[in-house]
Amino acid sequence: MRKNSGSFKAWLYLLPAILFLGIFMVYPLIDVFVYSFEEGYNSASQTYWGIGSYNYSYVLRDPYFLQAVKNTFILVIITVPLSTGIALLISTGLCSIKPLRNLFQTVYFLPYVTNTLAVGLVFMILFKKTAYSDGFINLIISLFGGNAVDFIDGPYWAKMFVLCFYTIWVVMPFKILILTSALSSVNPEYYHAARVDGTSRFRIFMRITLPMISPMIFYLVITGFIGAFKAYSDVVALFGTNLNAAEMNTIVGYVYDMLYGDSGGYPSYASAAAILLFAIVLTITCINLLIGKKKIHY
Amino acid sequence: MEVILQNLTKKFPGRDRKKREDVIAVNDFSFAIPDGKLIGLLGPSGCGKSTTLNLISGLIKPTSGKIFFGKDDVTDLPPENRGIGLVFQNYALYPHLTVKQNILFPLQNLKGKEKLSKSEMLDKAQAAARLVQIDALMDRRPGELSGGQQQRVAIARALVKMPRVLLLDEPLSNLDARLRLQTREEIRRIQKETRITTIFVTHDQEEAMSISDMIVVMKEGVVQQTGKPQDVYDNPSNLFVARFLGTPPINVFEGRIQNGQLYIGEDAVLEMKDISERSVYVGIRPEGFLLQENGPLCCKLNGVEVMGRDISIVSGHPASLNPAIRSIIGADSQIDTSKSTVRFALNPRKVFLFDHETEERMAFSL
Amino acid sequence: MDYKKMEQAARTRQTVRNIITYFFLAFWAVIVLFPFYWMLLTSVKSYGAYNSEYIPKFYTLSPTLQNYADAFSAVSLGQYLINTVIFTVVTTAVMMFVITLAAFAFARLEFRGKNIVFLLFLSLMMIPNELVIITNFVTITELDMRNSFPGLILPSITSVFYIYLLKENFEQVPDSLYYAAKVDGTSDLKYLLKVLVPISRPTLITIAILKVIECWNSYVWPRLITDDERYFLVSNGIQEIRENGFGRENIPAMMAAVVVISVPLIVLFLLFRNKIMAGVSRGGLKG
Repeated sequence: MRKNSGSFKAWLYLLPAILFLGIFMVYPLIDVFVYSFEEGYNSASQTYWGIGSYNYSYVLRDPYFLQAVKNTFILVIITVPLSTGIALLISTGLCSIKPLRNLFQTVYFLPYVTNTLAVGLVFMILFKKTAYSDGFINLIISLFGGNAVDFIDGPYWAKMFVLCFYTIWVVMPFKILILTSALSSVNPEYYHAARVDGTSRFRIFMRITLPMISPMIFYLVITGFIGAFKAYSDVVALFGTNLNAAEMNTIVGYVYDMLYGDSGGYPSYASAAAILLFAIVLTITCINLLIGKKKIHY
Repeated sequence: MEVILQNLTKKFPGRDRKKREDVIAVNDFSFAIPDGKLIGLLGPSGCGKSTTLNLISGLIKPTSGKIFFGKDDVTDLPPENRGIGLVFQNYALYPHLTVKQNILFPLQNLKGKEKLSKSEMLDKAQAAARLVQIDALMDRRPGELSGGQQQRVAIARALVKMPRVLLLDEPLSNLDARLRLQTREEIRRIQKETRITTIFVTHDQEEAMSISDMIVVMKEGVVQQTGKPQDVYDNPSNLFVARFLGTPPINVFEGRIQNGQLYIGEDAVLEMKDISERSVYVGIRPEGFLLQENGPLCCKLNGVEVMGRDISIVSGHPASLNPAIRSIIGADSQIDTSKSTVRFALNPRKVFLFDHETEERMAFSL
Repeated sequence: MDYKKMEQAARTRQTVRNIITYFFLAFWAVIVLFPFYWMLLTSVKSYGAYNSEYIPKFYTLSPTLQNYADAFSAVSLGQYLINTVIFTVVTTAVMMFVITLAAFAFARLEFRGKNIVFLLFLSLMMIPNELVIITNFVTITELDMRNSFPGLILPSITSVFYIYLLKENFEQVPDSLYYAAKVDGTSDLKYLLKVLVPISRPTLITIAILKVIECWNSYVWPRLITDDERYFLVSNGIQEIRENGFGRENIPAMMAAVVVISVPLIVLFLLFRNKIMAGVSRGGLKG
C-alpha cells in the first residue's frame, strides 16, 4: 500500500513533463510518419485519398527539394571541416598564451549569444551591393584590385560564400569553447616529456595533442554535421524568407515552405521531406561513428 | 657527465595577491654531482627538490645561479638541447601509443646528422626495452600494463637516446610497497649498467638511503646536508636531518649539560666534560639503546613489539619529544614485561647533541 | 659558442611564434567584433549621410540617435520586445518548474518502471525538432492557438536534456541529507524546495540562462505560429522590418533595431560569462 502511494506521487511529479512530451514530441513523432504516407492530404478538409509513397517520390522529384539538398550538402561539406580546423587553430593559439587570453575567449564567444537573424542582417549589409553603395566587402575587394560582386542577389557561388562565411562565424564560439577546454585538460606532463625529448612543436601537435583530444574533435564533427544539415535561420537572415527564389533554400527551409507561407499547406510533403532529412542525418552520423571507431583508439 | 649547480635560486611569484611576496622554492643551491653516480634528492614535500630537478631539466628557468653539464653552461639552454632523460612521477606515457612507439618517440625526433634509420631505431628501442626487461610487452598500450611495467617503459623511453643525465621524479611513489623494493633495485642495476649520471627525487628517506651513492637533504629550499647515505646517517649536521633519516625515527629528548654530565630529565646518562652548562636536544638512534638492568636512563615501559629479527621496545619518558620512544634490541634479549619501567644504557656513537637555539649539531668527546 | 647560438635560436623562435599567434588571434577577434562595430556605427549614422556614402565610411562625425527613435516609432519594435520578454520569462519559468519536478522524480523517488521511463526520455533527446514541428504546427492550428502566447509557449516548455542535466545534479546531493530530512518528518516536496533547489542553485541558474538565450533567439516556431504582427517576437520582428520595414529601405534604423535586440543578451552574457560558458560546454545547443 505504502509503496503504491509512493509510486503514485512519483508519477504526479512526472506528469507535466510526460504530458507535454507526449503531446509535443511523441505523438508528433508518430504522426509525421503517418502524414508522410497519406497521399493527397488536404489540410482544409482533413481528408486524403490513399496510403503510399507518393509524397516521397513527389519530394524527390521536386526541383526545389533537389536544389535544397544540393545547397545543404555544399554547406555541410564546406563549413564542417573548415570551422573545425579554424577552431582548432584558434584554440591551440589561445592555449599557448597567457596575457589577454580571457579577453580573447570572451570576444570569441560573443556570436553564440547574439540573435542569428539580427546579426545576419549586418552581414547582409556588409556584403550587399546596391545602387547606392558597393558595400563594405566590395570596398575591401576593390582595394585588392578585384571587381565588385553582389553577394546577396548575385551569382550562386557568391551567395554560397556568404552563407558559408556566416555559418562558420556562428558556429565558431561553440567549437572554440569545446576545443579550448579539451586542450587545457591534456596533462602538461605529456608536453614536458615530449619537450625534453626534443620533439618539434609540429610533431607534438600531430602525435600527442591531436590524438589526445581526438574524442572531442570527433564529437564536434558529429554535432557539426547534424547542425549544418539543419541550417535554416542563418540562411533566412541573409537572403530573406523567399529562399526558393534566391536558389538558396535548405532542406529544413523546404520543409517549412511546404508547411506554411505562400507555397505552404502541404504537411504531407513537409513530413516526407523531414523524414528524408532525418534519414540523411542518421546515415551520415552512423558513417561518422564507424569511421570514428576505427580512428580513435582511446 | 658531471653536473654542477652554482648558487642556484628559484623564486615564484606569490599566490597571495595582497602580499606580493615571492616564494623561494630553491635558495642558493650549490653542489657538484660527480660523473656516473646515483644521487638522491631528499626532503619533505614542498622542500624544493622537484623544482631543483625541473631546473636541471630546463623545464623551468632559474631566477639566478648557473647550471653546468661538465664544462658546458646550460643555464639558458632549452630542455630539448640538454640531452637529458626525464622520468615523470606519473610516467607521462602517451596513452594512444604502444610501448614500442613510446620508446621510439624520442629517437624519431632526432634530426640532421643524428638522424637514425628505421632499423637502427628499432635496435636501440629493443636494447632499451631489454635493459628494463619489458621486451615482451612491446605491442601493448600503457593502459594494459601494471604500474611497475609502466615505470619500466618510462625509464626505457628516457634511456633510449642515451642521455647525458637521467632525471627521475619520485619514481617509486606510485607503486605498491612490494614493487617499490623490487623497482628500486632495478633502478640501481640499470644505473650501474649504463653508468649515466642519475638524479632522483624522493620524499622517502629509506628509498634514497638504500640505492643512492650520495644523498642531498633539502628543507624549505635550502640544502641541509650532502654526502654518502651512511655518513649522513651517522653524522647528521642538524636536528632536521637527524630526524628525517632513519626508520624508526630518531628519539629526541630535552636535555641539559650540568656538572660535566648529560642529563635527560633527572637521569645523568653520559659524561660530557668539554661542554659548558646549557640546554640541548638529545637525539638517540633506536639502535643506540642498550638494555641494562641498572642503566642510567629509566623509561616507563609501554609495550614490546616482536619483529622477528629484532625486538622494538616502546616506552615513555617525560623529557621525550616523541610521544613514544622506540628502541631496537636483538631478538635474543630477555625483557621482563611485567615490570612497569625499563632501564637503558646508551651507545655514545648513536647519541647526537643539538644546540637548543640553532638546532645545529654539537660535537662532543667522551 | 654553440650553446649561445642554440639559446639565441630558441628565443627567436619563441618570439616569432608569439607574434604570429597574437596576430592570428587578433585577426579572428576583428572578424568577430567587426559586425558589431558596423551595426553600432551604422545605427548612429543619419539616413541621409548613410545613403550618400557610396564608399562606406568607418566612422561618423555627426552621430545621431534619430534611428533609435524611428525604430521604436515607425515599426513596432517596442511591441516585439515586450512580446519576447513575456515569451522568454513565461517559457523559462514554466520550464524550470516542469523539469525540476521531473528531475526530482528521476533522481530521488522510487517507482515502478523508473528505468524504462528514463530510458524513453533519453531516447527522445535524439529526435530532431524538425521532425515534430510539422504535427505541432497542425495541432496548434487546430486548437485555434495561432497568434497567441499559449501557442507560442506550450511546445517549448519541456526539455529532455535539461531534465537529464538536473537529474545528474540532484543525484550528487548525498543521500544522507534526504534521510535526515525524512527522519525530521519533512515531506518530499518540502525537501525538494528547501534543500535540493537551494543546493542546486548554480545549475538551475545556468539552465535558466541558457533557456533565456534560446528563447530570445528562437525564430522558426514563432514564425510558423504567428502571422499577426502583434504577436511577433524580435527575430520575426527584425525579419518583418527587413522585408516591409520603414516604408523605404532605411538601413540605419534597421541597424538601430538590431542593436536594441542584441544588447540584452550581450549584457546578460557579460554578467554571467563564466556560468554561460561552463553551461554551454556541458551541453551546447548550437553546433
